[in-house]
Amino acid sequence: MSGSIAADSAGVVTPRIASFTEPIKLKCGAVMDEYELVYETYGTLNAERSNAVLVCHALNASHHVAGVYADAPQDVGWWDNMIGPGKPVDTNRFFVIGVNNLGGCHGSTGPKSINPKSGKPWGGAFPVVTVEDWVATQAQLADQLGIQRFAAVMGGSLGAMQALQWTISYPERLRHALVIACAPSLSAQNIAFNEIARQAIITDPDFHGGDYYAHNTMPKCGLRVARMVGHITYLSDDEMANKFGRQLKHGKLSYSFDTEFEIESYLRYQGNKFAEYFDANTYLRITKVLDYFDPAVEHGGDLSLALAMARANFLVVSFTTDWRFSPERSREIVKALLDNSCAVTYAEIDAPHGHDAFLLDDARYHRLVAAYFDRIAQETAAAGGAK
Amino acid sequence: MSNDGNGIQRADFAAIAQWVQAGARVLDLGCGDGTLLKYLKAQRGISGYGVEIDDDSLLACVKNGVNTIQTDLERGLSDFENNSFDYVILSQTIQAVKNSEVVMREMLRVGREGIVTFPNFGYWKNRLQIARGRMPVSDNLPYEWFNTPNVHLCTIADFERFCGERRIRIVERKVLTRGKAVTVLPNLLGALAIYHFGS
Repeated sequence: MSGSIAADSAGVVTPRIASFTEPIKLKCGAVMDEYELVYETYGTLNAERSNAVLVCHALNASHHVAGVYADAPQDVGWWDNMIGPGKPVDTNRFFVIGVNNLGGCHGSTGPKSINPKSGKPWGGAFPVVTVEDWVATQAQLADQLGIQRFAAVMGGSLGAMQALQWTISYPERLRHALVIACAPSLSAQNIAFNEIARQAIITDPDFHGGDYYAHNTMPKCGLRVARMVGHITYLSDDEMANKFGRQLKHGKLSYSFDTEFEIESYLRYQGNKFAEYFDANTYLRITKVLDYFDPAVEHGGDLSLALAMARANFLVVSFTTDWRFSPERSREIVKALLDNSCAVTYAEIDAPHGHDAFLLDDARYHRLVAAYFDRIAQETAAAGGAK
Repeated sequence: MSNDGNGIQRADFAAIAQWVQAGARVLDLGCGDGTLLKYLKAQRGISGYGVEIDDDSLLACVKNGVNTIQTDLERGLSDFENNSFDYVILSQTIQAVKNSEVVMREMLRVGREGIVTFPNFGYWKNRLQIARGRMPVSDNLPYEWFNTPNVHLCTIADFERFCGERRIRIVERKVLTRGKAVTVLPNLLGALAIYHFGS
């Protein structure tokens, strides 16, 4: 069986569950009395516990960051090209953690979990969570794993927002933050796309106010449309033109509403696939997590003030064709870090793929991350030797 | 624009290090592989950033442990606040900058003082090659006319006139040839000019 696993794969991994019984007050005011987070780890935690890297996931991903499952060797982690033995985040040197966030649908406590108070799925009653809540629960997980300070916290897109929030919420608990394809807040246009996604789900007759589990149904049509809208924003115009152009699925127009253009086929395929495995309540909440993220807002809109406590070293990376979170948005973060004299390196990768570039195997991008982690490893080794 | 770390370059670094106060905040424009900042960090305990547009150079900076912002300095330094650095350095880069005047002005907005180094086009060897009817090619000007990134070459006399006309105060000047200080007829005998200036 292992013969089918690539040599540079993190290998067969088994998700684990961490249980938390101390109540946590969420930003919205709701209190979760208990919750669980599902997570995976790759590599080995060193004796000093100084080589841990937390990988935060974006919108639809999960704790399955790298490697494969014994019973599903085709189920490769979502950032497997980045994380593994000899890869940019080298699991021979680092102990990497992937975690499914609170409110998720991959095993952590979320809307489809049973609410212990009612004995029924939370459904529409599950609280609306925030990046701050996620980071707070990730810190609880770190405590449970005995990790006081991460070598690095990293993520792309919404994952990068969590990495950034870590430097604000727990400045002493990470040495490095990798903030990739990020924005310090959503633009009106970003929120607008999210609102279309939400409306598609909420107005689906199968939604039932979020309590569709009781009706043994799912708002799949709405979730499909939500995913299709999202996909448009992940690709650049050029990339879409290159990939699909005006190509027709069956070579000629059918003068109907069947799938005619390849791009329609692609969007429908992505939408259908997503609606099969993802939970609509989770999707709704994650779009809200994105909309609410704005660390500057509590500081009169001043991002520099918001980041005044940050102590981490930063690698900020943007991609030239990312119009969802454009390089200009990353530069707002860089500017705020410079204002605070934070250690920051900023790279603007010339890549054609749009927002999705952060997930792809781009040589310039990967060698940069690899070099950055080399530095972290050297620093970790030097600190270990000093003890 | 990358520093190749040859002997001439190191003499340039040593001269800069003598001017830079210990613990200063330094911005190095067109920092190449970050060698100068790494050197100043080791010699003078400075902190700061490089600015570099080239991907390979940025990668080298990461390997050298130098914090660098990837941007086109021709677009100005809007990421940097007024007077946020003690020194802004432009080492062997001004001759390759399209709008040298804007960059000089930005240097003095962002920094308290500026340091510029450039190959002196008035150096006798350059003059000799031109007298022979050819564009100069040398250690300090290693490119042919058709592949040179240098668009604004100048002489020591040109640079000082430029500063005088714009009321840029020259604090100190060093002129080097093969790493040795030149005091006599610098515009003729000097290969490399190093200026420390303020507003």
